[in-house]
Amino acid sequence: MYPHAGQLKDHERELRAFQLRVGIAAIAVLAAFAVLFARFFYLQVVQHELYAARAEDNRISIVPLAPNRGLILDRNGVVLARNYSAYTLEIAPARVRDLERTIGELAEIVDIQPRDRARLRRLLAETRSADSLPIRTRLSDEEVARFAANRYRFPGVEIKARLFRQYPFGETASHVIGYIGRISTRDQEELEKQGVEANYRGTDFIGKAGLEASYQEELHGTTGFEQVEIDAAGRGIRTLSRTPAQPGNNVTLSIDIRLQQVAERIFAGRRGAVVAIEPGTGSVLAFVSSPGFDPNLFVEGIDATNWAELNNSPDRPLNNRAIAGVYPPGSTFKPYMALAALELGKRTPRSTISDPGYFEFGGRRFRDSKPGGHGTVDLYKSIVASSDTFYYMLANDMGIDAIAAFMKHFGFGSVTGIDLKGEAEGVLPSPEWKRKRFRTPEQQKWYAGETISIGIGQGYNAYTPAQLALAMATLANNGVMMRPRLVERIENVRTGTQRVVEPQLVRKIPLKGENIEFVKRAMAGVNKEGTGRRAFLDAPYTSGGKTGTAQVVGMKQNEKYVESKVAERHRDHSLFIVFAPVENPRIALAALVENGGFGARAAAPLARAVLDYYLLGKLPEAMAKEAEEADSEEESD
Amino acid sequence: MQAVLRRVSASLVDGLDATLIVATLLLGAVGLATLYSASHDAPARMTGQLMNFAVAFVAMWVAARISPELLMRVAFPAYAVGVALLVAVALYGDTVNGARRWLHVGVTRFQPSEMMKLALPLMLAWYFARNEETLRLRDFAVGALLVAIPVLLIARQPDLGTAALVAAAGVYILYFAGLGWRVMATLAVVGGVSLIPLWGLLHDYQRRRVLTLLDPSQDPLGAGYHTIQSTIAVGSGGVFGKGWLQGTQAHLEFIPERHTDFIFAVYSEEFGLLGNCLLLALYTLLIGRGLMITAQATSFFARLVAGAVTLMFFTYAFVNMGMVAGILPVVGVPLPFISYGGTALVTLFIGIGILMSLRRQRRLVPT
Repeated sequence: MYPHAGQLKDHERELRAFQLRVGIAAIAVLAAFAVLFARFFYLQVVQHELYAARAEDNRISIVPLAPNRGLILDRNGVVLARNYSAYTLEIAPARVRDLERTIGELAEIVDIQPRDRARLRRLLAETRSADSLPIRTRLSDEEVARFAANRYRFPGVEIKARLFRQYPFGETASHVIGYIGRISTRDQEELEKQGVEANYRGTDFIGKAGLEASYQEELHGTTGFEQVEIDAAGRGIRTLSRTPAQPGNNVTLSIDIRLQQVAERIFAGRRGAVVAIEPGTGSVLAFVSSPGFDPNLFVEGIDATNWAELNNSPDRPLNNRAIAGVYPPGSTFKPYMALAALELGKRTPRSTISDPGYFEFGGRRFRDSKPGGHGTVDLYKSIVASSDTFYYMLANDMGIDAIAAFMKHFGFGSVTGIDLKGEAEGVLPSPEWKRKRFRTPEQQKWYAGETISIGIGQGYNAYTPAQLALAMATLANNGVMMRPRLVERIENVRTGTQRVVEPQLVRKIPLKGENIEFVKRAMAGVNKEGTGRRAFLDAPYTSGGKTGTAQVVGMKQNEKYVESKVAERHRDHSLFIVFAPVENPRIALAALVENGGFGARAAAPLARAVLDYYLLGKLPEAMAKEAEEADSEEESD
Repeated sequence: MQAVLRRVSASLVDGLDATLIVATLLLGAVGLATLYSASHDAPARMTGQLMNFAVAFVAMWVAARISPELLMRVAFPAYAVGVALLVAVALYGDTVNGARRWLHVGVTRFQPSEMMKLALPLMLAWYFARNEETLRLRDFAVGALLVAIPVLLIARQPDLGTAALVAAAGVYILYFAGLGWRVMATLAVVGGVSLIPLWGLLHDYQRRRVLTLLDPSQDPLGAGYHTIQSTIAVGSGGVFGKGWLQGTQAHLEFIPERHTDFIFAVYSEEFGLLGNCLLLALYTLLIGRGLMITAQATSFFARLVAGAVTLMFFTYAFVNMGMVAGILPVVGVPLPFISYGGTALVTLFIGIGILMSLRRQRRLVPT
């Protein structure tokens, strides 16, 4: 087969066109190389003097200067997190040939415990490719001297003066303050993602939990750098220029550490949470999640024993119950139900029901916690005496959609926006929530019977103590919700200027003044003549409260809850919400004691002690006695 | 006896191209000398790199023996496997320094993007050669799509440097296949304009690299550090250089990644402008020989592959030296035949082998 002439010609033309393109490519290559040559000429001939000077005369090394971390202070200026300087013995693993042998030889000079070795191994595995890692911290002066004399034997091992973080109050407010730890590979990736890794050169630690984490940027500061001239061996000779580091900002909390101590003290090791908020501003006054932990353990990398103890404890001390624990609100839900009934016109202050001790619905009996019932119950009495039957009926009348829509305004089932990480949303039950939560159509269906126990704060209801406190503060503040915040002021250490974190309005719930007044009056009644009466006996201030008891284990229909027969961990949670003074609320709080039984018994006295201290400056008895003893000891000295 | 020996040695070197061999060996020698200077802290690298050279040389020898017909046949499977591996990387790859580039294969890790550097031009050349008689704009559009798939997968890892190199290889094929000048000009304009929205898609660190290129002193601790230090190294080298093993920038460990991407800074500091000219001359020799093979290649497929592979060598060299000299952004591109590292070396030598194979075809086809 012969190609016909036209095609042949085409091929020749194509070949010529192709060779033209090859020629053009060759010219482009030469042109590009000419550009490179021009650049080399510029750098190596024209600017040679300059660069030679920079390379030869000034062999400049740029050394990052890590900033001092800002302090954390309570509202009165008491230091809650501070820095102190100490000597550490550090190893640069990349410059040490045989790590194990070097450590072995070091152990002859300074005291190195197995747990120091274990920590170094963990740091090697976890941290970013840091140039040096501590093998021993807090060296004594004697150890420093001994190592200095033997330094020549240990290339790649150095003594460094480092700043360490310390938390003088230990466990107190540990869930608020949190802790710092070494920058891990994951932290490093996060920093790179944010594009701030250059500012972390020279920084070893980063906030891992609590405010240390959520205010990391404020606390960290700006890294400075120093241009140092170095000799051929790489040792610094003199500093050429210096851009000092700018220390991190000091962070002042709205928390009063003494109030916090009072609240934690009353917990006395029980599990639970207290969140107290100033209703008008959203300032958090106390924030307890009990038990706490000692954040000092984490700073230098926690050792395995302490970690196992904290992590495996059934009390889950690392769990921040105040924002991450969710609990049914129990009867503390009732004031909001009552308010909803008034607002939606489902009840009036005068309408009454007759409470036989149960509510029958769909052939099932929903029991009141008081056998035989409360008799004739109006709205006021329903709160003061905590009638279940009243709210079973009310919930049934209102329907789940109306309940969910109303409660949403008070922040139930959504994060409060507090300035801490790790907040749980909780569950504000609704048919829509059920559709999203469950898979099968059978599970997704909302049953009318489920609405009934929602009315008394049981069922799927699950909220964090912070949400309960915020709802209380919002009600106390006449429906104006302020975003809760732990940090009140941020201080620039260098200039001394203070930045006030302004109170932030979340929403104004349109509520009728008379309805709010009614609910507040009923809650005041709880503490005067109702379930909170005993706890608030002889209180010299007015207060409005509501007790709550949340079931941990569901009871069968005709089974009666007998506390002594129930294992400790299956006992009911005890809850109490309160605000005071009634006329002009300065504090609103929610207290929860896990497995504490009736709300009136465990949580209400706890709340009373916090209010007594906050409003009157009165210490709880045990603490007052200790203080007295301490005073008398001082006098006798 | 002598005749037998001659025949054996002749069959061993048969198909090898003297010019290419000389150019690569000289480049390799320069590379080893520089590497020796750069790795005073880790002498084991020298033996490692010698091993890499041995392996790569064998790979070249094998590739030179593969017939262009076989190359055409493996083009599509290689491309398909390459794309599949890139998808696998995106799904299961290892993350190193925040980028997902590596795939575990038994005991070793492997960067599928590396393989794409050769598989893509082969695939495109095969596609265009198949449709040689009827090439239309539509074929170029298909070609562009074939380029875009692996390039986007690599850019997502993210590895902008390799993505740009693979894209360049594809563009070279389109160029040699005869994409109209007017179309190319239009695409260049459109491409330039589309850079503006593309800016928004870049990772922060990639943006900073571009910005730091404009003013390295903006960020002396961060992204500008590499460029500042490597520019000092090059500039302080002067005309004659500081002499082998005498570079202070390199020996005081100012130059980061001085065995790999920034090895040219070490070379340039120690051998100066004269050394740079030698290096440019060697690359010019290599590329010139490659373009000659391209111009003389008989089949359409051979022309496309030879042209793209040759320009790929150029791109590597230009981008790397430009980056070290501070006129191009810092991207992870090794200096061909000089930088430490086995994978890139094997790819480069296979490229050389392919050039040799394509040259041999010219001689075998009777004229």
